Amino acid sequence: MASKLKQSNRAGWLMALPGAGLIGLFIIIPFVLAFAFSLTNQRLASPNPTEFIGLENYSELLGLAVFTLEPERDDAGNAVVEDGEIQYPRLRKFTRKNAEFPHLDGKREWFSWQSGENRTVVLASDVVFMKALMNTILFVIVVAPLQSAIALTLALLINQKLRGISLFRAIYFMPVVVSIVIVSILWKFIYSPGDGLLNNILSAFTFGAFEPHDWLGDTSTALGSIIAMSIWQGVGFHMVIWLSGLQTISPTLYEAAEIEGSKKWQTFRYVTWPGLRNTAVLILIVITMQAFALFAQIDVMTQGGPLDSTQVLVFQAVERGYGKQDISGGSTISVILFVIVLSISFVQRWLTRERK
Amino acid sequence: MADVTLKGIKKSYGAVDVIKGVDIDIKDGEFVVFVGPSGCGKSTLLRMIAGLEDITGGTLEIGDRVVNDIPASERGIAMVFQSYAIFPHMTVRENIAFGLTIAKTPKAEKDEKVMEAARILQMENLLERRPSQLSGGQRQRVAIGRAITRNPQVFLFDEPLSNLDAALRLDMRMEIGRLHKSLDATMVYVTHDQVEAMTLADKIVVLKDGYVQQVGSPMDLYHKPDNLFVAGFIGAPSMNFLDVDIISRDANSAKVNSKSVAEFGVDVWREGLDQTSKATLGIRPQDLYPVSEGGLLKGNVTLTERLGTETVVDIRLSDGNRLLASLGEDRIFEHGQEIRLDFDHKKAHLFAPATQ
Repeated sequence: MASKLKQSNRAGWLMALPGAGLIGLFIIIPFVLAFAFSLTNQRLASPNPTEFIGLENYSELLGLAVFTLEPERDDAGNAVVEDGEIQYPRLRKFTRKNAEFPHLDGKREWFSWQSGENRTVVLASDVVFMKALMNTILFVIVVAPLQSAIALTLALLINQKLRGISLFRAIYFMPVVVSIVIVSILWKFIYSPGDGLLNNILSAFTFGAFEPHDWLGDTSTALGSIIAMSIWQGVGFHMVIWLSGLQTISPTLYEAAEIEGSKKWQTFRYVTWPGLRNTAVLILIVITMQAFALFAQIDVMTQGGPLDSTQVLVFQAVERGYGKQDISGGSTISVILFVIVLSISFVQRWLTRERK
Repeated sequence: MADVTLKGIKKSYGAVDVIKGVDIDIKDGEFVVFVGPSGCGKSTLLRMIAGLEDITGGTLEIGDRVVNDIPASERGIAMVFQSYAIFPHMTVRENIAFGLTIAKTPKAEKDEKVMEAARILQMENLLERRPSQLSGGQRQRVAIGRAITRNPQVFLFDEPLSNLDAALRLDMRMEIGRLHKSLDATMVYVTHDQVEAMTLADKIVVLKDGYVQQVGSPMDLYHKPDNLFVAGFIGAPSMNFLDVDIISRDANSAKVNSKSVAEFGVDVWREGLDQTSKATLGIRPQDLYPVSEGGLLKGNVTLTERLGTETVVDIRLSDGNRLLASLGEDRIFEHGQEIRLDFDHKKAHLFAPATQ
């Protein structure tokens, strides 16, 4: 006979089943699968059987090498200069089936710099992935502080008792409600070269002095343009979180500060900001995670271009997994992204811990 | 230290008048208590003195200076709030020193003032604690400490004991009383608890519906209440009120009776009793005593509360009116037992029926 405890346990498990089942089906199983695929050569559709290949996917993505190129020298031992530029042997001499440099095999130039006569080259097994990684990190580093600061400013502005203040709250929150795909399409029009809205406005304000610019087609402005529109789109959401944090601070604390003669910034420094501690931690982590997941804007607006200047991790994961049918490659990127985000969250939690 | 003078003070929120013209003189070093039921405007009045609410009409003077338009921090006041309003992320020391920190006071002077306040409140050993580690009474003491370091001309207390449990409330009440004696400062104290008002005040201001009902010393209010409201509000249990007919009267007294009260003579000095044959008789429960024969009142016991030092008896009179008697001894009454009561005729109050 089952004891009462066991029976009630069973009932408990039964009730947990729908929720736990969904979590398992859509979160745990895909994650385990992604991790498993990343250790194989699985493709989306392939006649060949899947093979276990260990960490090869990871080394293919993360492989890096530094190589110093010495100039080509003439018989006297001087560096050969043509058209004012020092001539170097071609890189591919070392990276293509060169038995002397097996660790460079298959790697390609990521970036390089000059040191004296020599040229130091950083080689990556997967340059596109490295660019995507760097762009993603840059995106996070710019978006996280900027978006949270702007959101806090907006929250402070709308946390006032003014006539029609809810209208402003609604306006600031509106971009959040609109699908990111729609927003991306709209901003593509705004950024469009020639007679796009942004170009028109800039040209109107400078009385025609501003030359129309191809915002998304120029490697130097493409990522910046996407950062700007992403901040605009997400700022309302974080504003609302800040606002809820602001409203948990007791009004009497402000009154006490007022009586003590606290100036506006002192009140912010001593009352508001300490009261927003937990909100700040939450917002920082949420923005970081959202920023790492950047995908739709890239997919709609630039497809990673021009010249991979807007490549990002999630876009690469999807591109490989489905575009190139390389499921194992996409899975590997997903796992790497997971590890990065997880470790950053831990670091953030540690940095913002309550100090006793 | 300073006088505080309110002249025709009014407060309206839109079309709603909250304070309808209040005149109060508070002398230097006086302990004044504003008392009244919820919504009588006593807190609003205090907040107007503090500078946390605008003054709609009238003038407010603190120490011969009209302060209507002077910000809270420059009025020379300090305020202690019901919810303590101490900053949760600061230690006790930082909380007490807050005003000094804001004013960028040199550290030596700051430490000295904090120690001084801590000594007065006997909390030197708590200075490094955080508010979350303190009891309610200790928190309120921190708030009082912060007020002391401001060295204000006037201390304002907004129901400072309402969040404390009964035992602590008694302790803190005595502590505030002691503080007043040792600092010799002007203090304005708001409470709805008439016991706090009676025990602390030099002068009580009874408020109702935005009007001052009576101003006077606690014993003035107790022995010579101006009207039915003050009579019913001051003293516990509340004064008994019975409708009576005036049978005859001369300049300073009247003979009254009713179905439940035998005819007797009572002093008349309140206004509004000249043209009327109806009046309200007020007798404090403590002034009633049981007699075995005779007595002006007769009824049946419906409930007895034995408190050891006194016995509160709920009596239903022969005409159905209820009456409370508080007897200064421990006595046992049977439920339904017939009881005869008498009282000192000099201690009975006669009110005009319309003064309510």
